[in-house]
Amino acid sequence: MTGEDLLKISKLLLEGLGTTLSLFSLTLILSIPLAIIIAIGKLSKIKILRAVLNFYISVMRGTPLMLQLIFIYFGPYFLFEIKTPKAFNAALVAFVLNYAAYFAEIFRGGIESIPIGQHEAAASLGYTKNQTFFRIILPQVIKRILPASSNEVITLIKDTALATTISVTEMFYYANGQANSRQSLIPIVIAGVFYYLMNLVLTMIFSRLEKKLDYYK
Amino acid sequence: MAILKVNNLYKSFGKLDVIKDISFSVKKGEVLAIIGPSGSGKSTLLRCINQLERIDKGQIEVCGDRMIDSSENGKVIYSDNELLRKIRLNIGLVFQSFNLFPHFSVIKNVMDAPIHVLKQDRKTAEQNALSLLEKMGLSEKANNYPFELSGGQQQRVSIARALALNPQILFFDEPTSALDPELTGEILKVIKELAKEKMTMVIVTHEMAFARDVADNVIFMDEGKIVEQGRPCDLFDNTANERTKAFLKRYNER
Ligand SMILES: Nc1ncnc2c1ncn2[C@@H]1O[C@H](COP(=O)(O)OP(=O)(O)OP(=O)(O)O)[C@@H](O)[C@H]1O
Ligand SMILES: [Mg+2]
Repeated sequence: MTGEDLLKISKLLLEGLGTTLSLFSLTLILSIPLAIIIAIGKLSKIKILRAVLNFYISVMRGTPLMLQLIFIYFGPYFLFEIKTPKAFNAALVAFVLNYAAYFAEIFRGGIESIPIGQHEAAASLGYTKNQTFFRIILPQVIKRILPASSNEVITLIKDTALATTISVTEMFYYANGQANSRQSLIPIVIAGVFYYLMNLVLTMIFSRLEKKLDYYK
Repeated sequence: MAILKVNNLYKSFGKLDVIKDISFSVKKGEVLAIIGPSGSGKSTLLRCINQLERIDKGQIEVCGDRMIDSSENGKVIYSDNELLRKIRLNIGLVFQSFNLFPHFSVIKNVMDAPIHVLKQDRKTAEQNALSLLEKMGLSEKANNYPFELSGGQQQRVSIARALALNPQILFFDEPTSALDPELTGEILKVIKELAKEKMTMVIVTHEMAFARDVADNVIFMDEGKIVEQGRPCDLFDNTANERTKAFLKRYNER
């Protein structure tokens, strides 16, 4: 393999990397707010709502993400005979639904781990429910869930490769294609280096954040 | 003038009746101590008045505002939310376990509610917080975080935090029970200072000597009822009540 070949492969992979990164960031941007809503729903007093959310979360956690991708991609056609969605959009929906379920469980655990005394102190000082949540509870929750969330985020980068299954043209799609056509492992190795570097950066960002919140216990 | 009036209060948790027909009142400038064995309902009584628990029946009046009423057929009527909020701000509460906000510095713990609840401007709130901290002997700790303080210091911050809202009456629920014995003194001293300044207070405590010393009135509670109430000297030294005698005797033997 010549240097020119390497350059060509890298260029292709970088093109895919754009898609990988937008799938990654859009998933985060959409799944985190959704997860907060689900977590609050799970902590509500409405029994039916809790049951529905429990079922949703157990399905998302109890079946493979790859299966969910395929189901959301082909489901519309087989179930309702509507046009198959764009692969990227189907992947985004699947990732958002799946990751929202995982994040929701992390958030719920975090919210529940804050001692009841914090709520009571805030109430006795006259804070409204909203003020209590956003000023007192949420900042403490964020500190507690940072390690678990960082795990999820790192897994998400790697999981984007699954979108290859429904032919989303992200980085792994090109790596796999090049590996097959060139009968070489090198494209896969280069992709691996890219994934690794991205997670190196993410890990650094998260440990910075954790350090930043280290000023209290 | 009565700051707090409680009439025929009832509260149960499921089948467990915890408060059974309790009535008492607290005058302006009065210090009331509540004593009684564990599980007698002292905390629950304070929590009902602080709106941390819903009551089953009875009336509560704070500074002349009717907080809770009960109709003839036993239905509990809470005042509208706005009045409940106003009443809540008239009552300060100091918890056994401090419950400081760990992510706020000491001074922010004290001035955050004045700014965001009372809508005071930052400068006023900060000056007020600083002078309260000075009064608590914590000027140097203003910029520390709660985890950097001893239990006694944390409890003093929580007293400053409650005072920052200028409550008409201050409640303490066993303010020294979570502290090492050598730290209880500093809290008791602070409460005594407040008593001297004629702060109206209700103090649940197991410190009998302190109750006798600081209180104008003492209530002895047992099994959700007021067994006896009176001046400290009458209750501690000259009680004729057998249950009070037995309780105090157990205390003195410990
Ligand atoms: N949220 C609750 N749910 C059920 N039972 C409760 C609850 N809170 C208190 N109790 C029960 O009510 C009774 C009175 O409790 P409370 O905490 O008021 O007692 P106390 O006099 O403050 O005791 P201590 O001196 O130990 O603090 C106890 O039997 C307790 O188990
Ligand atoms: Mg108690």
